[in-house]
Amino acid sequence: MKLCYYPGCTLKTKARNLEDAALASLDALGIEYEELPRWNCCGAVYSLADDDLIHLIAPVRDLVRAKEQGADTLLTLCSMCYNTLARANDLMREDEEKRKTINDFMDEEIDYGGEVKVVHLLDFLRDDYGLDKLAEKITRPLKGLKVSPYYGCTLTRPREVALDRPDKPTVLQDFLKALGAEVVEFPSSIECCGTYQVLGNQESALRRSQAIISDATKHGADALALTCPLCDYNLGHKQKVILEQNDGMSELPVYYISQLLAVALGVSADVLRLDLNQERATELLKEKQLLAG
Amino acid sequence: MAREISKKTIKDQWRRKIMEISGENVYKCMQCGTCTASCPMNCDVDAPPRAVMALIQFGQAEALDHLNTPWVCASCHMCDVRCTRGIDIPRVMEALRQIKLRENVDHVEPSNLQPEEVVDLPTIAMVAGMRKFTS
Amino acid sequence: MSSQVDQIKEEVEAKLIPIYVMGKQYMVPESLTIMKAIEYAGYKYIRGCGCRGGVCGACATVYRKPGEYKIRTGLACQTVVESEMYLTQLPFYPANRATYEFDNLEGVPEEIFQLYPELFRCVACNACSKVCPMDVEVMDYIAALKRGDIAEASRISFDCIQCGLCASRCMGELPQYHIAQLARRITGAYLTPSAEHLKTMVANIEAGRYTKGLDELKAADTENLRNLYTEREMEPATAGEDWSPQSDAYL
Repeated sequence: MKLCYYPGCTLKTKARNLEDAALASLDALGIEYEELPRWNCCGAVYSLADDDLIHLIAPVRDLVRAKEQGADTLLTLCSMCYNTLARANDLMREDEEKRKTINDFMDEEIDYGGEVKVVHLLDFLRDDYGLDKLAEKITRPLKGLKVSPYYGCTLTRPREVALDRPDKPTVLQDFLKALGAEVVEFPSSIECCGTYQVLGNQESALRRSQAIISDATKHGADALALTCPLCDYNLGHKQKVILEQNDGMSELPVYYISQLLAVALGVSADVLRLDLNQERATELLKEKQLLAG
Repeated sequence: MAREISKKTIKDQWRRKIMEISGENVYKCMQCGTCTASCPMNCDVDAPPRAVMALIQFGQAEALDHLNTPWVCASCHMCDVRCTRGIDIPRVMEALRQIKLRENVDHVEPSNLQPEEVVDLPTIAMVAGMRKFTS
Repeated sequence: MSSQVDQIKEEVEAKLIPIYVMGKQYMVPESLTIMKAIEYAGYKYIRGCGCRGGVCGACATVYRKPGEYKIRTGLACQTVVESEMYLTQLPFYPANRATYEFDNLEGVPEEIFQLYPELFRCVACNACSKVCPMDVEVMDYIAALKRGDIAEASRISFDCIQCGLCASRCMGELPQYHIAQLARRITGAYLTPSAEHLKTMVANIEAGRYTKGLDELKAADTENLRNLYTEREMEPATAGEDWSPQSDAYL
């Protein structure tokens, strides 16, 4: 199997912590992959208009690049990229008419028909690598770390590309358990953080995020684990604003799942890029004796 | 609120356009309200998704024109996975947005964004926002 | 004498072919470039013509060939006419150019995002790359910029001559070439390591290492200057790495 890796724009800028920790973890697990040498932004959101094919060009072009590299599986880390690429892939595989239109439009590229499989790190570890095998590789179990799994929207919705049951997913819990963490489930774990509403309607986004943070804290979480840089922005980066606006709330560190994975695998701390998280994120790991110093 | 449903207010072409762009049959909606109950934005929208579906069923283009619902919708697909009638409501919201955007009017004007905001936001927020809110 | 006349006669009889300039047919010699053909047809350039050497980007031309759906492009000063082509020049295309005080920039991607937020409207349709007369992979440098890779965008856009055809075709209404220019400026000023030998050279100049030589040159009369020029020592074309001039007076 040839595994290619699609990074996505945000992982090369603001979400270096998601990427660096994930790639170091893949190396530690002995998983071979090749980063796509040529790629473009996938568009972040999937086109929902039936007659709007132009916004499918970007993700399909990336799938073409993966096919050109001879990949049979394309690995993503950002859940928005996963969602957009996986849905575009389904369409190219299943809709003959649209497939033809898109292939004809991109006459400078090779034809594509959904040959590459799009996966996210989470279902890749569960289905291809195996969570049991992962558990065996853990050298520094996240003992005593109470983590709430936060799925957001794009990992489990819509149904066609869901990594797990949309109403009651467990993949993230299973993953965190494999790392030795104490999983704290909470009802808002599949609710939307407000996503791109931060553009022009920040109030709504902050209100959503406030509800999610409070819910996790109420259920006893020490931290939140997620995979989407936009969720991380709303829940992590903007948390200081939320805390300022809401009395009595306590800070909840937000981690990318890849960072927790890297910690549990005992990978060197500099790849965690904790400088891009809240300060509290570093403190908590130190308190739990999961980080040297 | 009392609303006049008559030949004068029912915009059939608009209704057909929504179904064409979304690929969804709005008449399948039986007004159960599961979408509204599931909507994370239900306290920020002028009218909840169930009400929007009803307005579309009755071709009420003018009434819908002033509602913020399609713009506040985050396409989170919670209503979609829970809809008892299998309607992909986010696609209907997208159709409502597209009908406006295709008039070449932006909902968010990129040059009006606060420079500090642009610097702070992750790339996916900018890209997603541009796709959803600009023509 | 007669051979010269034959030559001239031959030139006059160069085959004429039809081309359509903005819809009107003209018969022009088949060997001409579009620019010369337009002049041959009687037009006089006051804009849309610059270096005539394929580098200034002023004479971007759009054309089609009969029966083809493809838009073709070229620089009028470089592209040879083809029979039945129909064309127009696009000397200018309106594109948003952000204003900035370059010295106040730090050279980080976010500054580009701030000045050109429309960057994020790119849909990767690739119309820009297809239309580029310099074969620049425009879509790829926009993709590089979206992920903050300014150096890569500069590398890919290096051959850009700022003709603006990319902007004319853009679905997302981006001013690609202006964004790339900012990227190259940033790369030049902030991302490229400054050359050590340049620093040494500047220090030498400031220390007066060349003052005497320059003063001598300035004082020389024309005759003297000509002699100095023609008799100067030149590096032979086949010189190896270790070659150095006999006199180091100007080094």
